[in-house]
Amino acid sequence: MQHKKNSIVPYLLVAPALLIVLAVVFVPVMKAISMSFQSYDLRRPNAIQFIGFENFVSIFKDPLFWKALTKTLLWVGFGVGFQFLLGFILALLLNQKFKGRGIVRAISLIPWCTPGVLIGLMWRWIYDGNYGVLNDILLKLHLIEDKIPFLAQKATAFSSVIVTIIWQGIPFFALMILAGLQGVSQEMYEAADIDGANPIQKLFTITIPSIKNTIFVTLMLRIIWVANSVDLIFNMTEGGPAYSTQTLSVYIFSKGFSLNMGYASAMSLILTLLLSFVAIPYLIKTFREDR
Amino acid sequence: MSRKRKEILRKILLVYLPLALLMLFLLFPFYWTFITSIKPESELYGKTVTYWPKKATFEAYKRLFTEFNFLKAMFNSFVVAGSATIVSLIVSLLAAYAFSRYRFKGRRILMAMFLTNNMFPTVLLLIPLYTIMRSFGILYTPLSLVLAYTTFTIPFSVWLLNGYMNDLPQSLEEAAMVDGATRFQAFMKIILPIMTPCLIATGVYIFMTAWNEYTFAVMFTNEGNRTIPVALKSLIGQLGVEWGLMTAGGIITIVPICIMFFFAQKRLVEGLTAGAVKG
Repeated sequence: MQHKKNSIVPYLLVAPALLIVLAVVFVPVMKAISMSFQSYDLRRPNAIQFIGFENFVSIFKDPLFWKALTKTLLWVGFGVGFQFLLGFILALLLNQKFKGRGIVRAISLIPWCTPGVLIGLMWRWIYDGNYGVLNDILLKLHLIEDKIPFLAQKATAFSSVIVTIIWQGIPFFALMILAGLQGVSQEMYEAADIDGANPIQKLFTITIPSIKNTIFVTLMLRIIWVANSVDLIFNMTEGGPAYSTQTLSVYIFSKGFSLNMGYASAMSLILTLLLSFVAIPYLIKTFREDR
Repeated sequence: MSRKRKEILRKILLVYLPLALLMLFLLFPFYWTFITSIKPESELYGKTVTYWPKKATFEAYKRLFTEFNFLKAMFNSFVVAGSATIVSLIVSLLAAYAFSRYRFKGRRILMAMFLTNNMFPTVLLLIPLYTIMRSFGILYTPLSLVLAYTTFTIPFSVWLLNGYMNDLPQSLEEAAMVDGATRFQAFMKIILPIMTPCLIATGVYIFMTAWNEYTFAVMFTNEGNRTIPVALKSLIGQLGVEWGLMTAGGIITIVPICIMFFFAQKRLVEGLTAGAVKG
């Protein structure tokens, strides 16, 4: 069945979604671009005016921006890196046959459907310096001698929030990779068995090459999500102590929260540009696959 | 040692033990949240940490509803997440149908546009949306949140539903249309029933993201219409740190969403991985 080429129907069908998206995404993006060239501070609404590249110049001179950028790279690098590693291990384990696999698989997803705020607060309570259970466990195991205020001191705060984002992301990776693993043909493994390949060889020569597309897509999506996440850090440390947990997204959010919209917009444009290095390969790839 | 026992030992060491450790890591925070929510105040801030309450109490749950009107926040979240789900599903289904079943000028560009939208950082949209909503006078209304959530729910749903629909052979509708059904009838009688599980899975995902969202919610709501995540955070601000209340609120928040998610997860993953696995 060939569809009429010049029918107006498909345009009508796309129109509602398109109009909403234009209004809530494209207009705001344009607005963000224009705001980033203005001194747009809602606390001083009468002083809003065009100031050229001044916001960008101040950003590049802002030591907190550079610090936040470094934090973002570490946050994404370690966060997504370990999510991937542990998620991969979990997927390999869940791909084994054992009793109760379905239940275990379903339960392992709970962190994925937990709100970021709650994750932040739950872990804040676990990390608590006075009544926190983590301190109690470490003391009982004689791994530490004194309680550690995990989130309250610069030395431990950032690694503590990274552990939390790793925890949050493991299920998503595991689920996606598991779906990939189930598509790998068993015959290849059987052939490798005949050739006497060991499990490690099979992992690197069969499993990983077969699911490299899944890995790629999941990594790209996850990098973008993790780089954008605000709620978790904001509810654990609000970027502190002494900005040691302030990623770029959190910094932008704080600036926006304090109503300095021009500066925040300019920074979010820079973040978007940086993320496009990840997003564009993903877009090209996904798009090519869709016939 | 017999071969069989060796095999069992190997399985314990290589499968069960690492699996148990990983699951302990993933689930312990929830156990701890629940335990905290049923502990009396004296045990929460006592000298020793108890791993099972000596005297369990549901006081925190009671206080949450009587003193802090948590029901209101749940209602607000339900309205916002429900509306976002319905609006996104309807418009996305129409768009996905067009992308999947018609070939028309500009199709690829429009599709690329929907996909690109998913990539914009929340904070990029947050700030201009805030000023726009403010100037339209809809800031601090549920509508502002529903609109904000469509920024990510519609592009995501269009893409997901398009994937599901591409997996349905065109011959399904063609057969019906040969029998004299109109395209609309074929859509209603054939596509829609087959797509229902996919629509449910997509809907659950939209509902979940809207129910859990914090960044937009904290900027776009005030006391009267704040949603659960904002309400949870506010429990911490008011009277120092009320961990009992906070954890009770947390348990109430995730239980309904987890139940919904369990039923939808299989289809959802199929949709999410469709492009990746095929490629």
